[in-house]
Amino acid sequence: MKIQLRQICHARSGDKGDTANIGLIALKPEYYPIIRRYVTTDRVKAHFDGIALGAVERFEVPNLWALNFLLHNALGGGGTKSLKNDAQGKTLSAALLRMEIDVEEEIKG
Amino acid sequence: MKERIRIASGQGFWGDLQTAPLDQVSKGPVDYIVMDFLAEVTMSILQKQKKRNADLGYAKDLLSITEQILQICAEKKIKIVTNGGGVNPQACCEAILKIARKKGIQGLKIGVVLGDDILDRIGEFRGRGISFENLDTGEPFDDVRQNISSANVYFGAAPIVDALRQGADVVITGRTTDTGLTLAPMLHEFGWREDEWDKLASGTIAGHILECGGQASGGNFSADWRSVPDLAHIGFPIAEAYPNGEIIITKHDQSGGMVTVQTVKEQLLYEIGDPTRYVTPDVIADFTTITLQQEARDRVRMSGVKGKPSTDTCKVSMAYQDGYTAVGTLTFAWPDALEKARRADEVLRTRLGDAGLSFEAIHTEFLGLNSCHGPIAELPNVVNEVVLRVGVRSRSHGDVERFGMEIAPLILTGPPGVTGFAGGRPKPSEVVSYWPALIPKSAVSPTVIIRQA
Repeated sequence: MKIQLRQICHARSGDKGDTANIGLIALKPEYYPIIRRYVTTDRVKAHFDGIALGAVERFEVPNLWALNFLLHNALGGGGTKSLKNDAQGKTLSAALLRMEIDVEEEIKG
Repeated sequence: MKERIRIASGQGFWGDLQTAPLDQVSKGPVDYIVMDFLAEVTMSILQKQKKRNADLGYAKDLLSITEQILQICAEKKIKIVTNGGGVNPQACCEAILKIARKKGIQGLKIGVVLGDDILDRIGEFRGRGISFENLDTGEPFDDVRQNISSANVYFGAAPIVDALRQGADVVITGRTTDTGLTLAPMLHEFGWREDEWDKLASGTIAGHILECGGQASGGNFSADWRSVPDLAHIGFPIAEAYPNGEIIITKHDQSGGMVTVQTVKEQLLYEIGDPTRYVTPDVIADFTTITLQQEARDRVRMSGVKGKPSTDTCKVSMAYQDGYTAVGTLTFAWPDALEKARRADEVLRTRLGDAGLSFEAIHTEFLGLNSCHGPIAELPNVVNEVVLRVGVRSRSHGDVERFGMEIAPLILTGPPGVTGFAGGRPKPSEVVSYWPALIPKSAVSPTVIIRQA
C-alpha cells in the first residue's frame, strides 16, 4: 500500500550552516522498522532533488523510533548568506513528511 | 547535597518571549534560570556594537529581563545563569549591578566568565601553529583571515561551576555552550566529577532540551499541533535533575503548552548530527542511549544516558564579512497572478543584466507557492495572489544597492495587478558568514571574576 510519511511520522528540522537536519520520528514503535526500511538515504536524496545539492546522510536512533537525516548544501549557503525565505530549513521537516512510500506491510491507522 | 534541583529555561534565543523568564521564576519552584542569547553569528553583531560604544556588546534584552526578575530571584534564592554577556560580559555585569543597586538588592554576587574572546589573539595562536582551518570544509584559514570580525572559544560548564562555587548568584558568560549553562548547576550542586561521563552526558542532553525554550514544551510541535493547550501562555521547560543523573523534563502547572515524550523527542532531534557523538567541551553524549518515559502529565523522565570522554579541543566560532545581500518583494493579484509574477521576474533579470551588475547569486521564489518546499511543492491551477520574492548576493555593495532601485519601477513598467511595495527600496545587508574551527583546550583558559553589589 502507498502511504504518505505524515500518516506514520512527525518531524522537526533545523540548520547547521549550509546543512539542514531533519529528525523523522515514527508515531508508533511498529512504524520504526518501516521507516528504517523504506526511507533510505537514496530515497531522501531523490525526494530533495533540486534542494539538497550535496550528500544526504542518515543516522538511526531506534530508542526514539527515529531517523536523523543530514542534507548537505541544502540552504543556499546558510546563515545570513542564504537568499531563501526558509534559510534555516525550518519547513524541510514537513517537506519530508510529504514523501510517499510503497510498503508491503499493512498499516493500521 | 540537595535531593534534586529544578533548572528553568528562560530564553531560547535572543528575541524570545519576553514574559517567559518572569513566568518561570514566579509560577512555581525553581532553583536556577538559564538563558541562551547567542546564535552563531550574534557575536559579530555584538563586536560591531562594542566597537561603536565600549559599554555595549552584550544582549540588551537581558537587562529588561533582569529588571523584571532580579528582585524575585534574590528573594527566592534563584540563581541566574546566562551567556547574554556576549563580547562584553564585564559591561553587562556593570549594567546588572546598576539594576541591583536601583532595586536595593544588597550583597548580590555576580560571576563573570572571561577569556572566550580571542579576536585579538589570532596572530598569537597562529604563531603557535594552530591552523584554524574550517572544521566543516577543511578550507584554509588564510582565505578569510583578513575579514574576521569575531572569534570566540566555546567554553563548557567548568567556568560557570567555578563562579557558582565562589558564591555567585548571577553568572554572566560570553560564548559558553548552551548546554553548559544547564549542566553547570548540576555539577555544582551534586558534586559530580569531571569524568562521570554518563551523568555529564545526561545533564548535557537536558541542556539541549532546554536550549530552545518552548520548542520542548509544545511550541513548533509537528505531531498533533492542534492538541497543544493554551499556546498563548506556553510554559517553558524545566529540567528537574537528580544526583544519579536522571532528569525529569516538566513545566509549571499554571501554564500552557505540554511536555510529552513526543515534544521532547522533537527537540532532542533538533539541529543534531551524528546522534552517537554529540560533542561538547564537557562530554560526548550518546543520544541513542536515552530512555524517555511519560511519568505523569507534563512530566517526562529521561534515564539511561551514556557519555564518552570529551575531546582535548574546543570549538572556536568565528564570523567574517562575506559580501552583501538584498531581497525585494512584490505582490501580484488574480487573474494570472503567477504568470505575471514570472514575467516580472524575467523583466527584472533582463534589466539587471543590461545594467551590467554582477551577482554571485540571484534567487527567485513565489511566496505562497514554493518558497518552503521548492520543487517538491505541487502548484495549484489557480492562485488568488502570489508574492514574488527576489534576492541577490554580491561582493559589491553598489551592485546590491542598484538592485534595490530596480524593484519599485516594476509597479508602473511591468505586468499589471501588482502591489505591496510599502517598505521602500530594499537595502543591502552585510553577509556575516560563520567559520568554525578547533583550538587545543590547553591553549585557552577561562577567567572568573566575582563582583558584589
